[in-house]
Amino acid sequence: MIIRSLETALEAIHDGAVLAVPREQSGVAMAATRALIRRGVGRLHLVALPTSTLQADLLIGAGAVATLETSAVSLGELGPAPSFTAAIKAGTIVMKDATCPAIYAALQAAEKGIPFMPLRGLIGSDLLAHRPEWRVIDNPFGTNDPVVLLPAIKPDVALFHAPMADAQGNVWIGRQRDLSTLAHAAERTIVTVERLHDGNLLDDPVLAAGTLPGFYIEAVALAPRGAWPLPLPDHYPADTAHLAEYAKMAATAAGFDKYLMNHVYEQRAA
Amino acid sequence: MSGPFRDEELLAAHVADLIGDVRHVAVGNASPIPATAALLARARGKGRPYVSLLGSRRHTFFTDGGVELFDCAGQGRIDVFFLSGGQIDGEANINLVSIGDHDKPTARFPGSFGSGYLYYVVPKVILFRTEHSRRTLVPKVDFISAPGASDPNVYRTGGPICLITNRCLFDFDRASRRFRLASLHPGHSLDEVIEHTGFDFDQPDAVPITKAPDAATLRLLREVVAPEVAEVYPQFAAHVFGFTRAA
Repeated sequence: MIIRSLETALEAIHDGAVLAVPREQSGVAMAATRALIRRGVGRLHLVALPTSTLQADLLIGAGAVATLETSAVSLGELGPAPSFTAAIKAGTIVMKDATCPAIYAALQAAEKGIPFMPLRGLIGSDLLAHRPEWRVIDNPFGTNDPVVLLPAIKPDVALFHAPMADAQGNVWIGRQRDLSTLAHAAERTIVTVERLHDGNLLDDPVLAAGTLPGFYIEAVALAPRGAWPLPLPDHYPADTAHLAEYAKMAATAAGFDKYLMNHVYEQRAA
Repeated sequence: MSGPFRDEELLAAHVADLIGDVRHVAVGNASPIPATAALLARARGKGRPYVSLLGSRRHTFFTDGGVELFDCAGQGRIDVFFLSGGQIDGEANINLVSIGDHDKPTARFPGSFGSGYLYYVVPKVILFRTEHSRRTLVPKVDFISAPGASDPNVYRTGGPICLITNRCLFDFDRASRRFRLASLHPGHSLDEVIEHTGFDFDQPDAVPITKAPDAATLRLLREVVAPEVAEVYPQFAAHVFGFTRAA
């Protein structure tokens, strides 16, 4: 059965998993993230395509992340991400700094089942200097043209939130194509959705164009307002008052713990 | 600052002039003044250039995910982009990562975003930093998110053309890898710029004053651009233009 309860759907995300998640504008599974923290998930290798906001900060603050691979973490207009910043300064997580297209390219390599992808840029940067696994070769089709090769990122699990799915596990993602990249690249994909669609999404050619086939999907869980307090683009905006409260509370360890108690361990309705 | 306009309006108007007549301007995260400038350029150009604001639903045409922006840039389909830095040095190297020892930093910034790629492949990159101080404009950055210039054999179709701050505008010369003072904003002096700049830069014999925005520009900014900016930067639009979207 593809449609499961939230807790059951998340079983595939084991401690130490390479977990890939999307940027805020694509649909972040925040209800699922809170459920993972309640379950006590740990040692995650979190890959954020290509950036993250509250999701990474919350997971880091809760001690669930061992390694973070992304291009940036912040709270946008609300300023720095407090748990991320504190963890880097304290050295409690391994940070693999990237640039946005490098994360896309490495996941695209996994989509294609190839070991690496070349990318322009990066040469002469300290991003490259701190990544021994990124190699520079001379373009074999040119002369004296150095180019960077990035090894594929093959996530164990991709996790995101989408507007709707049907009973076959087909998920409607609309124009949020990053979600397709994540699902194609990952071993397994877990999706939370606002609602279940009555019928088969692939039957309607208009909907089918924005549908991720159930073939790629391990589990779907119903989670109305499952991106809250982040936005679900085209559906609802960010809860900026709540995010401002988070930014304030997470500035101290005691405040962050209180936030977890109030909003994560207490299963408060969104 | 003197005159019946805000600093943000002066900067946005000037950046709109710097954008020039191009086909496609893209604006990344956390860039309210560049976003304002790009939308002003579009309002003046009656729809040209195309403007892609990351994080906007209305002001971006991309339908193929985040990768479409970088694919566009790789092909030369983005003419102007904006970057900033926690630190920027005299060779236009930018640091969006951290201050101090990389493994034990004293300060951490969000991260490099698309800079490690876009700085190389967008022809006109406008550097933007509204805090002009020795803390931000340094002799040498602690971490190079992206270098201002590259060796001749490195594929590089783009790079920085200038640096605009709250005090002045510098042009960047890619051959000498140095900034040159281009204009002082109204109310700011050369001595002040020297005092607050951590790197050496070139200067002309007489430094012009940055042109103040005219009445038509201010009207476009406040009436046409402000509501558009508010979609992505509601707090900025409220603070600068007093614009609040109806609920």
